[in-house]
Amino acid sequence: MSGQPALCNPTSRTPPGRVCEHHPGFQFLCYNRQVETRLTVEGVAATYGARRVFADVSLELSGGEVLVVSGANGSGKSTFLRLLAGLQRPEAGQIVYRCGGQALDPRDAARLIGWVAPDLMLYRELTGRENLRFFAEVRRLHLDDGAIEALLERVGLAGRGDERLATYSSGMAQRLRYAYALLHHPPVLLLDEPGLTLDERGTAVVERVIAEQRRSGIVVVATNDPRELRYGDLLLRLGT
Amino acid sequence: MHKELDQNVAGVEREELEASGSLGVRAVLGASWAVFVKDLRTELRTRYAINVLVLFAACAAVAVSLGVGFIGLRRTDEALLIQATLLWIALLFAALNGLSRGFVQEEETRTMAALRLAAPPLAVYLGKFLLNVLLLAVLEAITSLLFIVLVRVQVGSPLALIGTLAAGGLSLATATTILAAIIARASFKSALFAVLAFPLIVPPLIVAIQSTAAALGSGGLPQAVPALQFLGAYSVATFVASLLLFRFVWEA
Repeated sequence: MSGQPALCNPTSRTPPGRVCEHHPGFQFLCYNRQVETRLTVEGVAATYGARRVFADVSLELSGGEVLVVSGANGSGKSTFLRLLAGLQRPEAGQIVYRCGGQALDPRDAARLIGWVAPDLMLYRELTGRENLRFFAEVRRLHLDDGAIEALLERVGLAGRGDERLATYSSGMAQRLRYAYALLHHPPVLLLDEPGLTLDERGTAVVERVIAEQRRSGIVVVATNDPRELRYGDLLLRLGT
Repeated sequence: MHKELDQNVAGVEREELEASGSLGVRAVLGASWAVFVKDLRTELRTRYAINVLVLFAACAAVAVSLGVGFIGLRRTDEALLIQATLLWIALLFAALNGLSRGFVQEEETRTMAALRLAAPPLAVYLGKFLLNVLLLAVLEAITSLLFIVLVRVQVGSPLALIGTLAAGGLSLATATTILAAIIARASFKSALFAVLAFPLIVPPLIVAIQSTAAALGSGGLPQAVPALQFLGAYSVATFVASLLLFRFVWEA
């Protein structure tokens, strides 16, 4: 186990036999148990139609490690992250998440993941706060207004939560994606082009999020920006 | 410290396993309600489906009243059957145009991925189904009233008509919700929706038309019971099949 998860401790916050009020369900059973999350990628391949984007990618990550995925346009960086998120199935190979050595059902594994990507869209007709509240409700998280406000503040959207997403700038929308991804304290954070459309303060938010996440969780960053290569401990180059 | 933690967590696991049935159902129902409220809020702000449904219903009622408005004054079996058929055609086409929006919009606005990562599949289906039931109830109320006012349709047994509209509407909602999920990621959504809907919707539609004709005439509620039973059974069968099928459609 690497590092100490900066999470609530079920023994101090909840009576024995009760689900933690902040992390009910899956998070409590796995992440908050303070066991290590591991990600194993074995011989994974992806195709677009007849074109093979990449093949035979294998790696293993554990808590505290940051992987940067790099490569030319079309090399499959975003596809690789979608595979890790379970939004797409690999053409070959398998992706396994383990908590405390126990392999998880892919459907449960999706709840371990926080995903930020250019093609992640939230609801434009809803406000930032309504978006976060909705996703908290469907994830069965009981977040009060204070918790949502704190999350908005964490990503630099303090005081802007009651505006509709349709009125957000692209940088603000990107910040809200971070709030969506961090809502359930995921042990695995997948960041596709993490600094996209962000200003200096936004970039500082990204750096802070990655720094916090690497204390215990796994981070995978897909980028072509040379400045973002420094986030990683490990580098995977696709298309070489 | 860690030993104590593990023991407590194991206690929770046991309790959750023992009560997994009720806990799971409560959680899914809560998430379903959240999806329903989100969709309703979005719909009230964009009014896309409501506009389509109401405009279609109004156009159909006006066209029928101007074209064959005299049909409402006749009380023969044929005239009643024609009135019922026109009413259900208006309902059907409005439903086919408006009720697929739930899933199609998620795909078109590319919010599907965010929802897939966060929400249990069953909750998504139930939330969308609830909204379709609500929209269809509104559509049926508006269309029926417009037909009664504009086409001067007389209702022999209001209770039988309401029962038939409710049961028929439920059949339409169950069928269109799962079809909308299936076609959401297809290329030719509207065409595919109509093609797939045709064989699935025709059987309950025929029964609903006949039952509506009887309700417009002198047939009371007892006469409508077999049709209501059929429509109810159809809805239950389609709903259960949808619950079983939806996960595969959603995760495909």
